[in-house]
Amino acid sequence: MIRYIIKRFFVSLITVWILATLTFFLVRALPGDPFSSEKITPEIKANMMKYYGLDKPLPVQYVTYMTNLLKGDMGYSLRYKNREVNAIIADAFPASAELGIRSLIFSITVGLILGIIAALNHNKGWDYISMIIAVIGVSVPSFVVGALVQYLFGIHWKILPVAQWKSFAHTIMPTFSLGLGTLALIARLMRTSMLEVVGQDYIKTAKAKGLSPIQVTVKHQIRNAILPVVTVLGPIAAALLTGTFVVEQIFAIPGLGRHYVLSIQNLDYTMVLGLTIFFGAFLVFMNFLVDIAYGFVDPRIRVGK
Amino acid sequence: MEISKEKFRHVGINEGESQAIVRPSMTYWQDAWRRLKKNKIAMVGLFVIIIMTIMSIIGPMMVPYVHSDNDLSNTDQWPSKEHWFGTDDLGRDLWARVWVGARVSLFIGLMAALLDTLLGVLIGGISGYYGGKLDMLIMRFIDVMIAIPGMIFIILIMVIVGSGVVPIIISFAITGWLSMARLVRGQILQLKEQEFVLAAKTLGANSSRLIFRHLIPNTLGVIIVSLTMRIPSAIFTEAFLSFIGLGVKPPMSSWGQLASSGAAVLRVYPYRLFIPAFFISITMLSLNLFGDGLRDALDPRLRR
Repeated sequence: MIRYIIKRFFVSLITVWILATLTFFLVRALPGDPFSSEKITPEIKANMMKYYGLDKPLPVQYVTYMTNLLKGDMGYSLRYKNREVNAIIADAFPASAELGIRSLIFSITVGLILGIIAALNHNKGWDYISMIIAVIGVSVPSFVVGALVQYLFGIHWKILPVAQWKSFAHTIMPTFSLGLGTLALIARLMRTSMLEVVGQDYIKTAKAKGLSPIQVTVKHQIRNAILPVVTVLGPIAAALLTGTFVVEQIFAIPGLGRHYVLSIQNLDYTMVLGLTIFFGAFLVFMNFLVDIAYGFVDPRIRVGK
Repeated sequence: MEISKEKFRHVGINEGESQAIVRPSMTYWQDAWRRLKKNKIAMVGLFVIIIMTIMSIIGPMMVPYVHSDNDLSNTDQWPSKEHWFGTDDLGRDLWARVWVGARVSLFIGLMAALLDTLLGVLIGGISGYYGGKLDMLIMRFIDVMIAIPGMIFIILIMVIVGSGVVPIIISFAITGWLSMARLVRGQILQLKEQEFVLAAKTLGANSSRLIFRHLIPNTLGVIIVSLTMRIPSAIFTEAFLSFIGLGVKPPMSSWGQLASSGAAVLRVYPYRLFIPAFFISITMLSLNLFGDGLRDALDPRLRR
């Protein structure tokens, strides 16, 4: 197990390094330079290029960037003058993290409940209702859900604040729009996995032992059925993260996703680089945790073998 | 209780009858199609997809407007008799734009899915078949690449190559083949130890014949299911990219691009977002339902 964890850790590190390298060269291959839209004389431009180290040859820039990255320094944003990328991330991360965690909790609880209800009422009304919700959740993109609820609850009925990120009421619509797709995924997965577990021998044994139906469901069925859901937590984290790009845009939330989209449109090299590496490292780390968690959760799997 | 001998009768063996084939003989594909037809939900999905495809071809011809033509005397029209879906801020007819957008979105979905499937099958097939060092190398490469979030990668490629239909398809193919290659490799590893492969080898089949005539056709079910699931995800990604301003740019049209420009004026002209959003959702829904049905139909474990 220890060996497995160490191995996975190194693979994760290499992944982040490759991602950083790739992103660095891809971003440098971008047409245009970050100052092309500003009205400045060639001398000032040259000075600015020099100031940001953009006049040096590419390999030198790469080595500088990587050494700084190891120290945890991602340089300055080229757009927001005198603001470190680190500082911008630190500023914007809390809102995104809060949105992400809220959506995760929302989608996991509601998704699991829907999945369990559907499986326990297999081929009955509740099953169909849950699955209709699940299919709709998978099929309707988050930006459509976001815009729809914003229009209905914010503009039309004026029940909830239209945008921004201040009180709890502000968080309801973004959380719902971001979480719905994930919710659907979890509900479907939980339903299938519950239905598979029902036929297992240990359920028969549990029933034969005289356990009450609730005990059988909670202790044996749900606990075993929940395992496959753990494996998709990695992809779910990725889906939520990319979802924030549009949801933050729609609801004007000052988070990382919005910064990312803006920095791409502004050709802000250091911001794009910094955020990509940050997102990438974050997801790689999440996958690493999920892999290890899976090894602990499922005693039938000896991941270390 | 006494059972008298008269109650028994000698029947004998009827050779012909016991050998007779009761069920009609069916190939794998006939059987799959038979079961798919029984699945009403999947057939509804297929029906909607066909309607969408037909409309994307004839839709723009049904109105006397061109999707990219401005008409500054008729801007911001609500849906009416003249403009069935209304017009946008430059007076472009939305009916024409929606169906040209359908063309673009469906084309991107199909091409992206086909291309990354092709790449994935090729690389996964080679990797699984030859095994050894090459397989190790390819699989480690995929392990690392797959850990990089696909959407971020696509966004980066789009930023560099530029927006448009072809760059989208290319960037999907570059990021999408990884999981397909893994899937195909796993299948090939299972299949290549089976007797029919040995038999083909004994008969002198060379590697490419083995891969393309024997191994890949036997994994086709899995590949096709995965392919149908990829189409909605490609359509979704295109819409997503266009929505954040990276995909298809006006005056060209796609569903995502229409939704994006509609979202900007949501307060005043909600129909401009909701019309394309409706078509994106209904298409994704139909493709997902059809894909589910197809998976059930092609899964040999469900054969009865």
